[in-house]
Amino acid sequence: MSATDATGTRNPDTLAGLSGRSSAGAPARRPRRQRRMKELLLAFGLLLPSVVIFGVFVFYPLVRQIYLSFFVTPPFPNQPKHYAGFSQIQQVLSSHDFLNSLWVTLLFVLFTVPTGLILGLLLAVLAHQRLAGIRFFRTVFSSTVATSVAVASVIFFTLLNPQIGLLSYWFGQQGQLSVLDDPRWALIAVSAVTVWQNLGLAFIIMSAGLQAVPDDLLEASKIDGARAWARMRHVILPMLSPTLFFAIVVGTILSLEAFGQIDILTAGGPLQHTNVLVYAIYDQVFNQNNDGRAAVMTVALFLITLIFTLGQIKLLERRVTYER
Amino acid sequence: MNAEVMVGWTVGALAPGFRSFLWIASGLIVLGVGLLLASRRGRPAYRRRAALIGRYLLLIILAMIVLFPIYITVVDSLLRSDQVVSRPPILFPLHPQWSSYSTAWTQGHLGRYLLNSFIVTTVIVAGELVTSIAAAYAFAFLHFPFKRTLFILFLATMMVPLEVTFLTNLSTVVSLGWYNTYLGLTVPFLATGFGAFLLRQSFLGLPRDLRDAAKLDSAGHWQFLRHVVLPIARPSVAALGIFSFFGAFGQYLWPLIVTKDDRLRTVQIGLKFLTNSQLNNFNVIFAGTVLAALPLFVLLILFEKQLVRGLTAGAVKG
Repeated sequence: MSATDATGTRNPDTLAGLSGRSSAGAPARRPRRQRRMKELLLAFGLLLPSVVIFGVFVFYPLVRQIYLSFFVTPPFPNQPKHYAGFSQIQQVLSSHDFLNSLWVTLLFVLFTVPTGLILGLLLAVLAHQRLAGIRFFRTVFSSTVATSVAVASVIFFTLLNPQIGLLSYWFGQQGQLSVLDDPRWALIAVSAVTVWQNLGLAFIIMSAGLQAVPDDLLEASKIDGARAWARMRHVILPMLSPTLFFAIVVGTILSLEAFGQIDILTAGGPLQHTNVLVYAIYDQVFNQNNDGRAAVMTVALFLITLIFTLGQIKLLERRVTYER
Repeated sequence: MNAEVMVGWTVGALAPGFRSFLWIASGLIVLGVGLLLASRRGRPAYRRRAALIGRYLLLIILAMIVLFPIYITVVDSLLRSDQVVSRPPILFPLHPQWSSYSTAWTQGHLGRYLLNSFIVTTVIVAGELVTSIAAAYAFAFLHFPFKRTLFILFLATMMVPLEVTFLTNLSTVVSLGWYNTYLGLTVPFLATGFGAFLLRQSFLGLPRDLRDAAKLDSAGHWQFLRHVVLPIARPSVAALGIFSFFGAFGQYLWPLIVTKDDRLRTVQIGLKFLTNSQLNNFNVIFAGTVLAALPLFVLLILFEKQLVRGLTAGAVKG
């Protein structure tokens, strides 16, 4: 980044530092170096708070997690942890618990992301109309964006309760085993709660994407007599591809990081069937007191998130139509 | 049979079995889709009317399905505990009971939890706005070495979620003596890469002439920021503010691990503890849930436009 750009040289007193007035007296005589120095200092001061926070709470922990994954946590506190090289990493990565968590996480992403995407798109297409009262429906469809993960989870915790839950009653499951305790259904139930909670977000993203599609384009295809599905496939979806791409990336990251719904609804159970990676890490730290194993899993989570995000960006970028 | 149960019967006529409810709902959906499809034939006037009715039918059914969990929570929070378990279910509270709200507020500590959430959220939003405006200003208007590298580092922070860093962050916070304090709850979130990124984009959208004009005035950076940049970028700043309010208010993992008593717990964590401690008293859980959800719902209705802007900030540019 060169500091001697056009604007800088043309007006010597332009970026005169924090107090412009002090320099107003002798703008021309002001040495350029000093001015550049002042700008540098200002930039430093403006960026410092963010840099400190990122350094302490983002980059340092990332490095330390990688470092910690080489050390085995002793079985009793106050003993020194010892360096184990790659043996702990290897051991964790091949352990049954870790592979199970990986599988559960993958299933969870598969259950939540496509479903949320399709439902969000459906609602958005339906609400993309000039109708009386459409604003009300749009607010309703966005509304779950205001339910935090804890609120959504507690709502469904009560709805699925075998004694008082209405959903258990309507499904004819009253007084029986809760779906949250049923190994076959627990992950599906947690996924459904997640889809509902993120439906508002999906709807908002899809609606914004639809609004960016020029109306005349839609109208033109209507007059052409393009059938609804053909119109969807050949006109709307290509125009919407940047939005779909964004929604997939955001949705995947959200699902990979899911924790609250697991903590409130199932605590990883029954029989580890909902023990997603983040919950497994939490469990290692707070229940097993094994920071070393937790560190390995954290690094794995980081790499998976990274691979997913970068992979999606690369894969989808080729198919995305950026034409506007 | 009292009045509530009778209303429950009539309103909840489809309650005897979930199957019949499903039949009715899917029947209406099929009818709606059918009307939409049928609207392609026939005389224009009929076509338009059929399409309209079909669309409204679908909208209403889907709105009811989406809203049902929230609606039933509000209704149940206003019923007596014996009414909550009555079958068929009561779907409308004829004589609302407010006592569970006061129980949740006092015995359930919801008042304290909400206060904590507001303190924490306000500090985080204010801090994030200040650091983001400062960083975005530097990236958009100043020249300094390693600008590109630094900006990429800012973006990279978005790739490192809290779920990866929380273990070390917890020990950092403990060693700073911030465990179970407002400092521990807020400081890690006082700056975000997303905020700096969003505002830089918006600052760069400023017309160049405007920047030059401000410079010719020999207005200082502070004046330029206050009188030119911020007024123009206000929609983006508002969007970021609302967006980060929703994020900070809804946080779960971090406040769960960094607090240990009711004086500091935020409402999300408080709701979990309320749920675990009142399993014999579901009305209080319902009331607590409504109280915990209310602030964001009010904000959604007041600031829907700004929130949508914040949420879709990444989508618009692809």
